Amino acid sequence: MLNKKTLLMALSAVGILLTSQAATAVTDAEQQGLAISIEAKKRDLGWGDSTADMQMLLRNKHGQASSREIKIKSLEVAADGDKSLTIFNKPRDVKGTAFLSFSHPVAADDQWLFLPALKRVKRISSRNKSGPFMGSEFAFEDLSSFEVEKYRYKYLSDEEVNGLLSFKVEQYPVDENSGYTKRIVWLDKQEYRIQKVDFYDRKNSLLKTLSFTHYKQYLGQYWRADVQSMVNHQNGKSTELKWSNYQFKTGLKDSDFNRNSLKRAR
Amino acid sequence: MIASNTQKTLLTAGKQLLVLTALLSSVADAVEFEFSAKASVEHRYFFKAADYDPQLNHGQLSAMIEPELYWSWNNGADSVVFSPFYRLDNQDDNREHGDIRELAYVHAADDWEIRLGIRKEFWGVTEFQHLVDVINQTDGVEDFDGEDKLGQQMINLSLVNDWGIVDVFLLPGFRERTFSSENGRLQGPLVVDKNNVNYQSSAGQQHLDVALRWSHSLGDFDVGTYWFHGTNREPILTPVVEGSTVTLQQYYNQMDQLGVDVQATLGDWLWKFESIYRNTNYESFVASQVGFEYSFIGVFDSNYDLGLLSEYAWDSRGVVDLSTVNFGESSSVLQNDIFFGARLAFNDMQSSEVLIGLGSDLAHSATSFLLEASRRFGDSVKLSIDVRLLQSAEALDSAYTIRNDDHAQLALEWYF
Repeated sequence: MLNKKTLLMALSAVGILLTSQAATAVTDAEQQGLAISIEAKKRDLGWGDSTADMQMLLRNKHGQASSREIKIKSLEVAADGDKSLTIFNKPRDVKGTAFLSFSHPVAADDQWLFLPALKRVKRISSRNKSGPFMGSEFAFEDLSSFEVEKYRYKYLSDEEVNGLLSFKVEQYPVDENSGYTKRIVWLDKQEYRIQKVDFYDRKNSLLKTLSFTHYKQYLGQYWRADVQSMVNHQNGKSTELKWSNYQFKTGLKDSDFNRNSLKRAR
Repeated sequence: MIASNTQKTLLTAGKQLLVLTALLSSVADAVEFEFSAKASVEHRYFFKAADYDPQLNHGQLSAMIEPELYWSWNNGADSVVFSPFYRLDNQDDNREHGDIRELAYVHAADDWEIRLGIRKEFWGVTEFQHLVDVINQTDGVEDFDGEDKLGQQMINLSLVNDWGIVDVFLLPGFRERTFSSENGRLQGPLVVDKNNVNYQSSAGQQHLDVALRWSHSLGDFDVGTYWFHGTNREPILTPVVEGSTVTLQQYYNQMDQLGVDVQATLGDWLWKFESIYRNTNYESFVASQVGFEYSFIGVFDSNYDLGLLSEYAWDSRGVVDLSTVNFGESSSVLQNDIFFGARLAFNDMQSSEVLIGLGSDLAHSATSFLLEASRRFGDSVKLSIDVRLLQSAEALDSAYTIRNDDHAQLALEWYF
């Protein structure tokens, strides 16, 4: 045991010696990337619970549009991922469908779907991260809550985006089921809000760009963008998310996120 | 001065308007109302002419409407839902029918919920057969798959605990199963007489059924188990001769049923198990359905998802010869059957989907095939096509009498 440890330490010491300054610089960039994400997460802690309405506008390259309406209730869970209840209102044929998710930073999320026609609650596989959400350009993983543990990081540079000086950070998904090899994320240096994300597909070519605009601050601390625009560079389609009626600390509890509340969600 | 007066008046008016709006919105907050509805027109076409007179030969046209009215107050803690249903049918008088699918009041507290009225309650995890689902009667004329249910009167108390949800059901008022008239297809030569119904219980339709269920999610496992005591939802059908006609008499016995359903959600795999033990005055048996579902995400280098399913059905009653059966002994349709299915979701703007399924009786030569495809047009119209093919070579098999009832069904649905 002791021998093994000593050997490992010796090996890593050799490694450090061999890899000179470049390696140290990379380590610094990784450190800084991680630190930025930790700070961004830290600034968004303590919101408790929230409700919001979301409208999705799907457009294909011929300009045809389709819209979806969704209501989302979320509960912050200390030392774990958030709980959320998503209620579908439009298109009309899926009205009443509801989705319950207990997210976890690294372990697979627990997810249930309520199908109103049969009154059936169905536990579903949460492996589907890369698939499209309701036919949109957003993948399921693009809409899940941000947890520091979900990525490895590398700080690239400072760059101006949306007129704000921002950190440019590369994020590499830890989950092998992610549809991306990496994301490049711009967070403004002032408030650590995500301004823009570039998504790179499994072949490492640019797939999508997501822009966050119309940020509003709630409870004097928490920033939420009213508009999120996703453009798919490969298929020419786009999806715009418009958020409204954001409310925080509405008194939601654990008991608002179980099978029973899923069945009566409206 | 005049300007400032006008400003003042405007301000006051503005303030009053604000107060009024606030008042109105607080009233609107008190009771929220939602209306939605589904309407559809469908056409069924049977490829072969009927084997039995006077069943319809080829075309069957039908229309359906199901509105839903929903009121809620107390921030959603109290609600009332009303969902009537009516279907028109140009061939089958029994299929032309109405029902109250839901008319219920629900009050939800932190760790308990009470649900009163006419409701639907679904239990189970498998896809090709819903063995453990027992609360609601099947609306047999609606569709061939038995997934449509009649509303059931109930008092349901639901208790949420750390160790699972306990549901207590009192079910007053029994619903008789619906059956096609003599003009309907997908049945044998004998027609079920809806006016000739007998019950084992002297209380008849008024027997108070009870059920107790516990369900819980334990990590990757979702588990449920229950006990049901009351009127068997499946009638025993016995031929009776009246003059020159023979019809089927319905007999509903009393039963005790224990049920269990388990689903393990392990990565891309869903493992499913359902089983019941049923005990009546005449018999007792065990039936199980076991299977899996596996999903491929983004097949063919696209956004399509492909789900593959397989299930196996077993029943301790085995193959029952209905011609020699003792009264009260029921038959099992799925006693040694295997099912395969594939579901392709296109994940497009129109939510296009195709499902194919194949069922085969391993004991004798009987196979059924189904295809269901659907696509949305615009924001509120959906088109679906169902094709069902049935093959059976042995007279003993329950599907034998409907072996020539292959059909396709086209449905256009509107959502409001």
